[in-house]
Amino acid sequence: MHEHPHDHDGHSHGHSDPHPGVRPDADDTLSYYQVMEIAVRELLIEKGVLSADAIRREVEKMDARSPALGAQVIARAWIDPAFKAKLLERGNDALVDLGLERGPYRLVVVENTADVHNVVVCTLCSCYPRWLLGLPPDWYKSRNYRSRVVREPRAVLREFGLDLSERVTVRVHDSTANMRYLVLPARPAGTERWGEQQLAAVVTRDCMIGVAVPTASS
Amino acid sequence: MSAAATAAAVAARFRPGDRVKVRWADVPGHIRTPWYIRGHTGVIERLCGAYPNPEELAYTRSGLPAQPLYRVRFAQSQVWPDYVGSRADTIDVEIYQHWLDPA
Amino acid sequence: MRSHHDMGGLPAGRVEATGHDYALWEKRVDALMELLAGVGRMTVDELRKNIEAIGPDAYDRMTYYERWIHSISQTLIQRGVITIDELGRKMAQVEARHKEEGR
Repeated sequence: MHEHPHDHDGHSHGHSDPHPGVRPDADDTLSYYQVMEIAVRELLIEKGVLSADAIRREVEKMDARSPALGAQVIARAWIDPAFKAKLLERGNDALVDLGLERGPYRLVVVENTADVHNVVVCTLCSCYPRWLLGLPPDWYKSRNYRSRVVREPRAVLREFGLDLSERVTVRVHDSTANMRYLVLPARPAGTERWGEQQLAAVVTRDCMIGVAVPTASS
Repeated sequence: MSAAATAAAVAARFRPGDRVKVRWADVPGHIRTPWYIRGHTGVIERLCGAYPNPEELAYTRSGLPAQPLYRVRFAQSQVWPDYVGSRADTIDVEIYQHWLDPA
Repeated sequence: MRSHHDMGGLPAGRVEATGHDYALWEKRVDALMELLAGVGRMTVDELRKNIEAIGPDAYDRMTYYERWIHSISQTLIQRGVITIDELGRKMAQVEARHKEEGR
């Protein structure tokens, strides 16, 4: 009962690749670690620890998650004050109200205001609210981001194109243990007449990590 | 957190607003208290609940009794002597109770 | 001693807003971890511990999911779910099969 490894998904890469975001295609070769993945997976299936079906379903589940889920939460919070209050108080319960996964970790929602800007990092690894935003982008897991955003958040935010006034308090959240963080951005000016869907469309992943802010024109 | 973890949790020593100092310790093993925050003093922002100790879970043990986990808020200007930004800027870190002393 | 993964506050370069579409094999590594945790054969703490045990040079050279599959293998060996010999033989088999199919 082998699952045949037709790993023609490309994206193989050499170990010295200085640009982890850019993977040259190499459909005909398997890297050492791709071989390891196939071997471990097949051993686990042979031993009855996991099934090939369960693995396929888990991949599909992750594929279905994207920042659009988080954006839906933010848009609702902007138009529904009771929902927003619950989101800030008991985040996971609020997700269930929207028909979303409760999630395996406690959700802490931090609100941006005219005076406060929040930004999230995991300096020790890559903790991220994956059930709401999907898998994290490469930069979030990079040495440069993890090292610097705790010590010089304003400089890092400028590199993302966000220049914050000294009058705005910057709060960094290091996701070191069992909490997962979602930034509730401030609703952009000029969106007073917008509907929920239109609002959700301007909420990007980066806004919910805190390295960007939504605008009415984005 | 599981019912078992709740039942076997260490009592919480701190409340929001309490000043705490992160223990300075240089020990090997799997640790979730970042190096940069050890030895610094902050204020309890909230109690997050109690969770099995990751320092034990990493070695296939139960991690019980569960350790209270806090979000502790630190002033950036105190954590980094050369910090560039507002005096009001903060950094919040999740820290388990056994790494905290009253300050 | 400060561990290599514990990098908060260290000097580092400009943050480039990099990303890539995850390859199927990377998603499968992720799925293996989720499922193994779900059936109680591995904790996320063991995943982290065995990633942290990777030497500094290799840690920086390996991609994210390369570190993960390395760590998952280590954990499964430590727990006796698979043996080193089984893994070595299976990897040789996979490679041979792939070469065969590639012709």
